Amino acid sequence: MIGRRGAGRPRAGGDGQVAGATQLSGAMLEVRDLRVHFPTDDGLVKAVDGLSFSLDRGKTLGVVGESGSGKSVTSLAIMGLHQHTRAEISGQVWLDGEELVTATPERVRSLRGSKMAMIFQDPLSALHPYFSVGSQISEAFLIHNKVSRKAAKQHAVDMLGRVGIPQPATRFEDYPHQFSGGMRQRAMIAMALCCDPELLIADEPTTALDVTVQAQILDLISDLQREFGSAVIIITHDLGVVADLSDDILVMYSGRVAEYGTAEDIFWRPGHPYSWGLLNSMPRIDEARAERLVPIKGSPPSLINVPPGCPFHPRCDFASLTDGRSATEVPLLREIEPGHMLACHLTSAQRARLRPERVTAAAGGRGEEDGS
Amino acid sequence: MSTAASTAPAAGPANAAGANGDALLQAIGLQKHFPVTRGIIFRHRVGAVQAVDGIDFSVSAGQTLGLVGESGCGKTTTGRLLTRLLEPTGGQILFDGHDITHLSMNRMRPLRRDIQMIFQDPYSSLNPRQTVGAIVGAPFRLQGVKTEQGTKQAVQELLELVGLNPEHYNRYPHEFSGGQRQRIGIARTLALKPRLIVADEPVSALDVSIQAQVVNLLEDLQNELGLTYVVIAHDLSVVRHISDTVAVMYLGKLVEVADRDSLYAQPRHPYTVALMSAVPIPEPVRGEGGTRERRERIRLTGDVPSPLNPPAACRFHTRCWKAQDICRTQEPQLTELATGHIVACHFPENTTAA
Repeated sequence: MIGRRGAGRPRAGGDGQVAGATQLSGAMLEVRDLRVHFPTDDGLVKAVDGLSFSLDRGKTLGVVGESGSGKSVTSLAIMGLHQHTRAEISGQVWLDGEELVTATPERVRSLRGSKMAMIFQDPLSALHPYFSVGSQISEAFLIHNKVSRKAAKQHAVDMLGRVGIPQPATRFEDYPHQFSGGMRQRAMIAMALCCDPELLIADEPTTALDVTVQAQILDLISDLQREFGSAVIIITHDLGVVADLSDDILVMYSGRVAEYGTAEDIFWRPGHPYSWGLLNSMPRIDEARAERLVPIKGSPPSLINVPPGCPFHPRCDFASLTDGRSATEVPLLREIEPGHMLACHLTSAQRARLRPERVTAAAGGRGEEDGS
Repeated sequence: MSTAASTAPAAGPANAAGANGDALLQAIGLQKHFPVTRGIIFRHRVGAVQAVDGIDFSVSAGQTLGLVGESGCGKTTTGRLLTRLLEPTGGQILFDGHDITHLSMNRMRPLRRDIQMIFQDPYSSLNPRQTVGAIVGAPFRLQGVKTEQGTKQAVQELLELVGLNPEHYNRYPHEFSGGQRQRIGIARTLALKPRLIVADEPVSALDVSIQAQVVNLLEDLQNELGLTYVVIAHDLSVVRHISDTVAVMYLGKLVEVADRDSLYAQPRHPYTVALMSAVPIPEPVRGEGGTRERRERIRLTGDVPSPLNPPAACRFHTRCWKAQDICRTQEPQLTELATGHIVACHFPENTTAA
C-alpha cells in the first residue's frame, strides 16, 4: 500500500536528518510546520498553526475542513500572496527544492504563475472585468516567457481551446461578463495552466457552479493533470469532490491537521471523531435515506480563542474518555497505520469501538478489497 | 403512495381547473416572463426572459415539496411567485383553496402570516443594525399582533424553539455564526405561526456539519408545528433528505415530478438522470491494480441555454443524448408514467423495468 501511494506524508520531524537546511524528500511540494498568524486588535488570529505535509508530482491532495479551518490561508501562504505587513508567516515551504517563505518577493513572484498557479473560487471576481479574457491569459504567458505578443495570443487561444471553450479565437476578444459561470472557470483554468505549472492549487474551484458544470470542471482538472503531470492541491468543503479527485486527503480543523491519509484511509477507515462527524453529517445520494442526519454539535471555534488541548474537544462526543487530556494537552500528529496520521487522544481500541456504524458499514468489504 | 398521488401536479387541462382536495398550495400554469426592453425615451419590448413558463404542482398540508434545478432554471423565481413577492404574468396560485394570484397588497397582508420565507444568505437577510430581539419581533410589530405575555417573551420562546439562547435577545447579528444566523432567520419566519414556508436554499451557505443541524431543525419544526414546506435547493442529496415530493425544473418548466423514493430510485427524465449522476459521491473509487479511478458519469455538454430564447419544443434537446427529431418539433407533455411519477419526455429512461 505504501508503494502505491505516491504522495508523501506529514513529517513528524523524526527522520534523523537535520531539519531546516534542505528539503528532506524529493517531493514537489513540502510544507513544514507552517504557521500563519494575523495580529488584530482583538488578539492573535492563528489561522494556520503548525501544518506539515508533502505532495509528489502527478498526485492530488485534497484539503477539507470547515470555513475558518485555515484551508485558504494555507494556499495563499504557499503562493506567497499574504501581505507581509499583515501576516506573520513562519515555517518552511519547499517547492521543488526551493524554500519560499524566506525567498525574496521578486523570486516568489517569478515562480508564481509559471511554476505554481492557482484557481480561485469565484471566477467573476478573479477575472478583471475591464480586460478581455484573452488578454488576461496571454498577459501571464508574456510575463514569464520571452515571446512576441502574437505568439502569446496564439498560445492563449490554444489554451482556451484546450479547456473546452468553443470558437476560442473569437471568444479570445470577449470580456468576462460575456462568459457563463462555467466558461469563466474554464478561462481561469486556462490562465492558471498557460505556463505549464508544476503545482496547481485549486481553492474551491467548483463551489460557485452547478453540479453538471462542476462535473465538467472536475473532469477538466483531472484530464489536464494527467496531461501536464502537475501536482494538484484541491481545497474544498465538499467531501464528494475530494473523494472523486484526491489520492491523499488532509482534514484540517482550526488551523491544524486533524487527520491525514490516503482517500481510502479517510473514507473507509477514518480515525478522528471530526472526520466521523463530517462523514456522518452529510446526506448521501448513493445510500438509503437516513431518517435523521447526525450533525456535529456546536460550531467551529474562534481562531483567536482556540480551545486549549484538542481544538475539537468542545464539539467531540468522546472527549470525556481521554481522562481529561483532550481539554489540556494538544494531541500530536502520530502515525496509526503506515501513511495514516492522526491527532487524537483516543486509543486505537477506543476508536475501533466508537467509530460510528455508518462509517464502518461503508468500509465493510471494500476496505479488504483495497488491502489485497 | 397516497401522498404522491395527492401531490401530483395537474397533468392536463382537465384536472388543472379542479382544485386538489387537501392541497394547501397549488400552482396552475404558473408563469413569469420578465420583459426585456430597448430604448430610453420610447421603450419597446424586444423579448422576454421566460423565467417560469407554465408550471403546475400542488403541496398537501404537512408535506415538503423539493424544487431542484440548475441556476437560471427559475426555482427562485417560482419561490418568489408563491410568496407573491413577484407578480405572476400568467397562471394561478391557490392557497388553501383561495385564488391569491393577483390579490392586492392590502388583501395579501393578512395572508403573509400564513406564508413565510427563509432566505439563502444568513448574512444579508438580517439587518446588521437591529438586535436579534428587534429582528425576530418585527413580524409581531408589522402585523400588529399582540401576544399574551408581550413581544419579548414571545421572541425568547421562539429563540428557544430554534435552539438559540433566549439571553441573546439583545445581541446583534454579527455576534453569531452562520448557522446561528440562519436559526435567527428561521425564528423570525416562525413568529406568526405560518402554515406554509418557502425556503430558498436554506442550507447552501452553511458548512456541512452545520447544514445537518439546520436540516434537522427544519424537520423537527415541521413535525412539531405541522408546517408545509417548499424547499428550493440545488443540492440533490439535501433535497432527497428533506422532501416528500421532488420537482425537477429545467429552463422554466417542470420536467419531472415524483415522490422522493421513486424519483431517486428510478429517475425517468434524462435531465434528472444526468443531474444525479453528476453529484460527487463521497466514496473513493479504486480500479484494477490500485490506480485511482474516477466514477463514470453522464457528461452533459455545454451550459443551460438562455431563457431569453429557449430551444423550441423540448427545452432539453440541445444537451440531451437521446434527442431525436420529434424532440425538436413537438413539446413533450407531462405524463404520468407510474403512480404519481410525472415526466415530460418523449424517450424516458427506466421505463422497461417498471
